[in-house]
Amino acid sequence: MRFLRAFARFWYDFVIGDDWKIAAGVACALGLLPAALETHLLGDHGLALLGGALVVLAFSVGLLVDVRRRGK
Amino acid sequence: MSAATWGLVAATFAACFVEMVEATTIVMAMGFTRSWRSALTGVAAALGLLVVVTSAAGYALDRWFPQTALQLVVGGLLLIFGLQWLRKAILRASGRKAVHDEDAIYRERTAAAEAAGRGETGLDMFSFMVSFKGVFLEGMEVVFIVITFGLNAKDVPAAGVGAAAAVVAVLGLAFAVRRPLSMIDENLLKYGVGLLLASFGTFWAVEGIGVFRAGRHGLAWPGGEAAVLGLLAVWFLLSRLFVAVLRVPAGPESSSGAPDRAARADAPDRERTR
Repeated sequence: MRFLRAFARFWYDFVIGDDWKIAAGVACALGLLPAALETHLLGDHGLALLGGALVVLAFSVGLLVDVRRRGK
Repeated sequence: MSAATWGLVAATFAACFVEMVEATTIVMAMGFTRSWRSALTGVAAALGLLVVVTSAAGYALDRWFPQTALQLVVGGLLLIFGLQWLRKAILRASGRKAVHDEDAIYRERTAAAEAAGRGETGLDMFSFMVSFKGVFLEGMEVVFIVITFGLNAKDVPAAGVGAAAAVVAVLGLAFAVRRPLSMIDENLLKYGVGLLLASFGTFWAVEGIGVFRAGRHGLAWPGGEAAVLGLLAVWFLLSRLFVAVLRVPAGPESSSGAPDRAARADAPDRERTR
């Protein structure tokens, strides 16, 4: 049990790191893209640019939430 | 050698260099204060395990994963790593987080090593375990970066050469100066590596979304692979914008020279190195 907990902890630290909001933001941004793909409204270039914009937005929101919390 | 291969070697060299500096600090602290034999045995054990993990992961990813799924998964993880580094670089540059200081980490590690008890005979388990853990954790990130960059660029050997060159460079420097490598501007290096990982990560992860459509063809970026340069410019400009907007006015100085607020902000993750 202790080994499993340590193993899970290692992978959490390795993948999620210090700030879970980064991983959550990336997952949300990349999760929205398949939905946009299904709509067939955008071509490849439009989808790629939308994906990039969503990642940038997710990072910016996560960082600003982080800074606000630290400032309190 | 093509420009793309040079870029691949440079990216893995820079990423591996940063990780190696951190691992070397830990091993030196153990070696100088406790036992070089036990610390180096820990390093050898960690390197052995890393070789096994690299071979298994590289083989499995190359054989069993469709190209676009690989791009999505490894690109996504690379993106998370890169954005974590970028976040810390922005917080440090804007004065909201204490800068990474190898000398301070070395002092912390040696104090812990001196305080820990010693066994009667044989291997010193404290220095063995601390060295093993340090090298394995830092090495895992290097392995991941080498595999992802190598597989995506279809040139794992070139990525490996970049990483190996960094290992040789850091070990050579450490052997020459015989003290923590604090003269290296690690914060600037991490900022650069964070930008690279975030750019390549965004490119590959978004391209890999094509796995969800019929045919599983990757999404095409405008400009093809040159889009990575555009992404690099976007992440760079965004980070500079955040540094300017979030900058904390100089306040009362702590003993380390960093603003008190920054020192406090670093406390929760003092153990983490990424």
